[in-house]
Amino acid sequence: MDSYKHSVFLETEKCKGCTNCLKRCPTEAIRIRDGHAVINPVDCIDCGECIRVCEQKAKRAVYEKLEDLDSSKYLIALPAPSLFGQFNALADADYIIQGLLDIGFDDVYEVARGAEIHTEYTRRYMNRKDIVLPLISSACPVVVRLIKNRFPTLTDNLLPLLAPMEIAGKYARREALKKHPELKPEDIRTVFISPCPAKVSWVKSTMLDQEVYVDNVVSASEVYFRLISAMKREAPPKAASKTGMIGLSWASSGGEASSLLNEGYLAADGIENVIHVLDKIENGQLSNVSFVELNACPGGCVGGTMMVENPYIARVKLQSLRRYLPVSMNRVPKTGDDPETYVPEELIDARPFTYVVSDQGALNMSRSESIRMMMEIENIYEMTPQIDCGACGAPTCRAFAEDVVRGEAQMDDCLILIRERFKAMLNKQKSAAPQPE
Amino acid sequence: MEQNEKLSFHFDVDGNDFTSAGEASVKVKKLMRQLGFSPELTRRVSIAMYEGEINMVIHANGGVADVYVDEDCLRVVLADEGPGIADIETAMQEGFSTAPDNIRALGFGAGMGLPNMKNYSDEMKIDSIVGQGTTIELKFKVN
Repeated sequence: MDSYKHSVFLETEKCKGCTNCLKRCPTEAIRIRDGHAVINPVDCIDCGECIRVCEQKAKRAVYEKLEDLDSSKYLIALPAPSLFGQFNALADADYIIQGLLDIGFDDVYEVARGAEIHTEYTRRYMNRKDIVLPLISSACPVVVRLIKNRFPTLTDNLLPLLAPMEIAGKYARREALKKHPELKPEDIRTVFISPCPAKVSWVKSTMLDQEVYVDNVVSASEVYFRLISAMKREAPPKAASKTGMIGLSWASSGGEASSLLNEGYLAADGIENVIHVLDKIENGQLSNVSFVELNACPGGCVGGTMMVENPYIARVKLQSLRRYLPVSMNRVPKTGDDPETYVPEELIDARPFTYVVSDQGALNMSRSESIRMMMEIENIYEMTPQIDCGACGAPTCRAFAEDVVRGEAQMDDCLILIRERFKAMLNKQKSAAPQPE
Repeated sequence: MEQNEKLSFHFDVDGNDFTSAGEASVKVKKLMRQLGFSPELTRRVSIAMYEGEINMVIHANGGVADVYVDEDCLRVVLADEGPGIADIETAMQEGFSTAPDNIRALGFGAGMGLPNMKNYSDEMKIDSIVGQGTTIELKFKVN
């Protein structure tokens, strides 16, 4: 069984069973059953589209609350680059670092620093001769899960590097132990301030049997509202940001890819675009591209569902914040036998390759039975009105036909077919009734 | 349901629309996943079929694609009423293309369409009559 821990949650009593999320789910993972939405955990990729479109605010992201963090521990904030694009008239990133310390964190390690380290090692990794091109970024967990679910033949194209959040967590912990020799590793908690629920899922699902890089994940919007009041102070910040342009540019689409200073790159954002690009790569249509950055959210991480500002406005704010920064503040020394291709073993990430999605979506374990079911689906689909209204609880008439054959829905769930039957019945009654003179 | 009835899918490939070329191969990918075929075989079918779709759009103002599914074999038949192929042997050479410049400017017409269809399928049969059209049959064995 697929043990992925999702972080999109439904408040059943708020859900009216409308078709908004049903129609928008890119993997058709949602059905309306008994008057409310039900998410299929195997097909769900945690993209957050349903949270975005829910009118009732019944779909919620799952994350840890700030007040639930264990304040007896040494808490290190790992703010995502996207957090820096949320504030009005922010002159300097230092104010955010200081603000995080003022609201109770003991230390701050910017994820943007992890991103700059990530960028340097990606450049080196791309000098290797034995890699499968185009290389696809593994930084967006939605994309990784989508590839494992729907594009398994592209698994070998994934960049096997820890995500910036994890590099940041790893280095932050190491730095803290050096700064404070009195601390033991178990005294430290690294807290990622996340733009999206997908990162929550990733941390909760893949850390079970290995080194922990990120201990807690909190919502950027919750932190934002705390920061707003903390940052009003007149005194200039004592703490300093340690990130350059590259680190902050990761917050929006194209930042990661353009930082590689490589011409043949592609950056796509928004889940539908991501799926189109993956289809093209799988069909071998992108031969002149060597690096592909994909972000499930529109605009990149600034478009995450746990952000406050509109993604395109956040992008502009980040641009003005970046203007006077050095290109990068986190260079890594050239080491290893072959410095041009060297990536430390501790930053190599095998998870995209080892985690298995058990169910690839086959109708049945037996091929002959799957073929028989598919023929039945075709027949039933021909009977449906093919208007994809969603009233039956399935996103399309095709999906409805599949549900009927799987035994999860009945023909009578189709309101259009019922209406036709009702009309036919009325007509019959009319013609049977005695005609007026 | 009749015993001799076979599972098949039919697609119209619109000749006037470059952006929709490839839609059929994407749909087939989903269907093959639901039928439990391996991702590798699915990818081969999808690539070969995509090349066929593009060819029909470039050269023949569209056509039709039919996919016939058996437990041990998949058959893709691409049929058009285009200009036909005068010299099949030459057309099969890698890099040979009769695509006009405006098509090449879009990144197509690299002369890999037919060779890719042959490379990714287990069997390929071309029937073509100049002035009448082309029918290509691709067979894929299922292991």
